[in-house]
Amino acid sequence: MTPSPPDRADGQAASETSGRDINPAGVHLPLDPLPGHASRGRLERILRRGEFAVTAELNPPDSADPDDVYDRAAVFDGWVDGINAVDASGANCHMSSVGICALLTRMGYAPIMQIACRDRNRIAIQGDVLGAAAMGVMNILCLTGDGVQTGDQAGAKPVFDLDCMSLLETIRTMRDEHKFLSGRKLTAAPQVFLGAAINPFAPPFDFRPLRLAKKIAAGAQFVQSQYCFDVPMFRDYMRRVRDLGLHEHCFILCGVGPLASARAARWMRTHVPGVHIPDHIITRLDAASDQKEEGKRICLDIISEVKEIEGVAGIHVMAYRQEEYVAEIVHQSGVLKGRAPWRKEPNPANEMAEARLEESARAPDQALQALAAAAAEPET
Amino acid sequence: MTESRSASPRRYAIRLWSVHHARALERIYNGLAHLLLRLHPMFAALGYQRFEPPVRFLEAAVKKPLFGCRMCGQCVLSSTGMSCPMNCPKQLRNGPCGGVRANGNCEVIPDMPCVWVQAVAGAEKMAAGDAIRQVQPPVDQRLGGTSSWLRVTQQAKAPSSLQGPRR
Ligand code: SF4
Repeated sequence: MTPSPPDRADGQAASETSGRDINPAGVHLPLDPLPGHASRGRLERILRRGEFAVTAELNPPDSADPDDVYDRAAVFDGWVDGINAVDASGANCHMSSVGICALLTRMGYAPIMQIACRDRNRIAIQGDVLGAAAMGVMNILCLTGDGVQTGDQAGAKPVFDLDCMSLLETIRTMRDEHKFLSGRKLTAAPQVFLGAAINPFAPPFDFRPLRLAKKIAAGAQFVQSQYCFDVPMFRDYMRRVRDLGLHEHCFILCGVGPLASARAARWMRTHVPGVHIPDHIITRLDAASDQKEEGKRICLDIISEVKEIEGVAGIHVMAYRQEEYVAEIVHQSGVLKGRAPWRKEPNPANEMAEARLEESARAPDQALQALAAAAAEPET
Repeated sequence: MTESRSASPRRYAIRLWSVHHARALERIYNGLAHLLLRLHPMFAALGYQRFEPPVRFLEAAVKKPLFGCRMCGQCVLSSTGMSCPMNCPKQLRNGPCGGVRANGNCEVIPDMPCVWVQAVAGAEKMAAGDAIRQVQPPVDQRLGGTSSWLRVTQQAKAPSSLQGPRR
């Protein structure tokens, strides 16, 4: 069933390009901060260098098994510049985005941590931002979040303490002004590349580009769009975005993905909020003998069109439950132009943890003494 | 049951009317703000606290039916085309979410016209409608149930005197 990942004939070019994003003093060391960069992440480097970026969405497991995350990340290895760790997308319960990011950063992947405003208030979110940055998360995507009614826990209390806009502003303030929303100081700021989502395919259409402008004003540096199945509509949106000059202030990644069948497409357009699938796409799927194959072909057709639109800086592949096809789609679309995104590399945090463990192993008595002293201290 | 089938059931009719008349309401609002500012010496002399209950009552009596106001205490109607964002099930203050239905109705409440689709339409009618482009801060939950009119007046006249809710 699982297609074997396409052969990589461009190993030479690969090592050359990814070599630019490696600390010369060692692969395990953090990258040097570059002027004008918000993060030390590679996604930001790729985009700022003007290369066409590819990101993909990891299907969050309904399990407590770390291997489920690692298996799902492995299919993207060497094909994407960032992996989205979704935050209970569709208001369905899954492993949390913070949890997924903890696992991914430990292995040296480059996650894009999503934060939805639906489930946590500003206290919880700001804490998660610090925790995530400490673990090595370099990219954060700020979302409003689907309403609880769409998910499997429709009786939940919707939080929506912040909205995506105030969330962007909050994290930007933490990063640039080194303080919480309350004004309290941070001793080390989270160095993150800030993203947001756009949906050019939902009303009010005239306002959508202005909303992007607002997100940029609030701190968005890159955006990923909702699934694009209607290229003329997207093209129209991009034209207005260019008229406002927004593509010069923000990297725009177009959301794409293969539809598994006409039935799946119909289900999506009625059940997933904000997804717009024109009739002609469904007719084309219906007419195909192999609908899955046709779905992939439609996806490739859409990519080949959107990648030519001025102002599009990359694609965001959402291949829900078809993640194993992402490599194939990226390969066949040729969007990487022979560039191979870096593979995962050791996380410096691991070394730090090991050093600490060694240290405490070397001085076990001291540690015990410290513990005993702490225990003896009367509680205040 | 019949209500849920029509695009804009009667219970949203007045709110839609308000958005439709956003320009006129904007003028009335400007006049009101002016009047309140003229009353500032009196408010200040006798203490803003003392006026909180009657003004709050009056404000709620006017705004609840007209806008579906929830008395959040930090009114942004003039930046939202006279469509109250507290009626958005996600209480978004900065524009429509990505879930707006193709017919312009809300993702969460399918028979309700999206508050933000309305807001954009209302803002287009208003003289200062461009205010919809400003990024709004998150809601301060402490201010819920207090008068926004008084707060705005007091803020305009003596910004430093304002701290926290006034009940
Ligand atoms: S569709 Fe409109 S009213 Fe409904 S949740 Fe989204 S922004 Fe709010």
